[in-house]
Amino acid sequence: MGRYMVKRVLMSIPLLLVISFLTFVLINLSPLEPAEVVLQSQGVPKITEELLEQTKEELGLDKPFFIRYIHWLIDCIRLDFGESFVTGKPVWSLIGPAFLNTFKLTMVSSVIIILLSIGLGIICALKEGKFIDHSVRGISFFLTSMPPYLLASLMIWYFSVQLDLLPTSGMTSYQSYILPVTVITISYAGIYFRVVRSSMLTNLNEEYVLFGRASGLPERLITMHVLRNSLQVAVSVFCMAIPIILGSTVVIENVFAWPGLGSLSVRAILSRDFPVIQAYVLLLAAAFVVFNTISDMINAAMNPKLRNDL
Amino acid sequence: MIHLLEVHQLKISEASTGKVIVHDGSFQLKQGSCLAIVGESGSGKSVTCRAIMRLNKPWLRQTGRILFKGENINALPEKEMRKRRGKNLCMILQNGMGAFDPSSVIGVHLKETLSEHFGWSNHEIAEKMKKAMESVMLKNPSEVLNKYPHQLSGGMLQRIMIALALVLEPDLIIADEPTTALDTISQYEVLEQLIQLRERLGVAMIFVSHDLGVVKRVADDVLVMKAGKIVERGEMQTIFLAPRHPYTKYLVSTKLALSNHFRRLMEENSVAES
Repeated sequence: MGRYMVKRVLMSIPLLLVISFLTFVLINLSPLEPAEVVLQSQGVPKITEELLEQTKEELGLDKPFFIRYIHWLIDCIRLDFGESFVTGKPVWSLIGPAFLNTFKLTMVSSVIIILLSIGLGIICALKEGKFIDHSVRGISFFLTSMPPYLLASLMIWYFSVQLDLLPTSGMTSYQSYILPVTVITISYAGIYFRVVRSSMLTNLNEEYVLFGRASGLPERLITMHVLRNSLQVAVSVFCMAIPIILGSTVVIENVFAWPGLGSLSVRAILSRDFPVIQAYVLLLAAAFVVFNTISDMINAAMNPKLRNDL
Repeated sequence: MIHLLEVHQLKISEASTGKVIVHDGSFQLKQGSCLAIVGESGSGKSVTCRAIMRLNKPWLRQTGRILFKGENINALPEKEMRKRRGKNLCMILQNGMGAFDPSSVIGVHLKETLSEHFGWSNHEIAEKMKKAMESVMLKNPSEVLNKYPHQLSGGMLQRIMIALALVLEPDLIIADEPTTALDTISQYEVLEQLIQLRERLGVAMIFVSHDLGVVKRVADDVLVMKAGKIVERGEMQTIFLAPRHPYTKYLVSTKLALSNHFRRLMEENSVAES
């Protein structure tokens, strides 16, 4: 088991390298000249050829592509993502706190989504075709298909404006979490509980359930066995859900004025702030790799068959 | 002679559409005897077996009387029925690979089953299982108990099920195609163990198969099923020598044709060799 863990972690290193390279290439494929962006954002009235050359040299953009990549990569490992073209501040000082804010929001939502999905998934699977199964699926279908920004606006209007119970926006106290977390949970739990439900149903049709029942085991024990096997599928889905939510909070963050990655990245893209965009893409890609590794490890711990595969 | 199991007019149908899967089947099983149920796939053999265990899917409805030791188990509350499963009525499944939780070691299922029925301690269970496993020719039983299903062969898992039945000492064993998924050698071993199991416990058995050759070795009586109906019943020898229903005749003749073909091939081989 320990050997599997070490191997699995080592395997993610080349993956991260490939991702960093792709990130760098893609940003550099952009038709815009970074030096021009810098000058524009500094408000230089007339951009001459001379000035461009000078800026390129300052930013190290005159060096060959590969050298630039290596420099950038080494800096990234030291969490130095360069300086923002627009504000001139170190990128990490912008993206670090924003990432933390989004991460908090994501983790709180994810924990609730996971617990809710498992709970609802079990209930619906055990009561397949019964009233409760139909109603949970119906309600969740209705809620999931509502666009998050509509749901968010409605909730702000009702809970914050009409009832004046919760803050409308910002990140001031634990109360600020309630509305955004609820909106995120509603958008995702409806999808993920179906994964648990269908995986439970698949397992309930397995032979081992029949043999367990034929051996006279109580349903409680059988459900535990089924749950353990069903969650193996769900673990991968849940672990991937975390980076997905991390990367897709843009709408929620903008509606609730959450000082997180979503708002930051939109601003960076609009002002063509390349170092910030680069750091954002890299950070999210790394999050996917990290959570994928975690999911594989949890799965290996739960499913003995997987441990031998590596 | 007292019948251990009497099935009266067992009818199994789909609850939603009313489509009948098994038509008014009736049969009896004597104490200690072995009844084979033969038929093609989809003929209702397995559904009949599961109906006796009351383990069919909830969308299948079963009516009729199933008298087990004189008690109608079709009318028992689920809780009472559960106590009888395993302890009185034991099942051996076709696919050993799928019959155990893939994420737990084999010992977990055995422990749970035995402590549920007898309340034995882990130590007692391990001792009894080891003895039973040795008697079905499983080597290193304590090691096997700590293995996951995917680390064992289908034949071994089948024999573990038999070993569990040995410890449970049920009154009736229902073996649902226990040898179908196995290669010929494992098939032979498992069949031997099932025959010995009967001799050792004096237990009655329902043996489901579509292989008449296998059935001939274990069963006393045969029931032939086709499309949910029992088309022929009788003693093993009678069925083989004088089948009455055309379907049985067909089954017997294909079995004979197959073995004749095999014999001819072997003869040809020996002629060629000489």
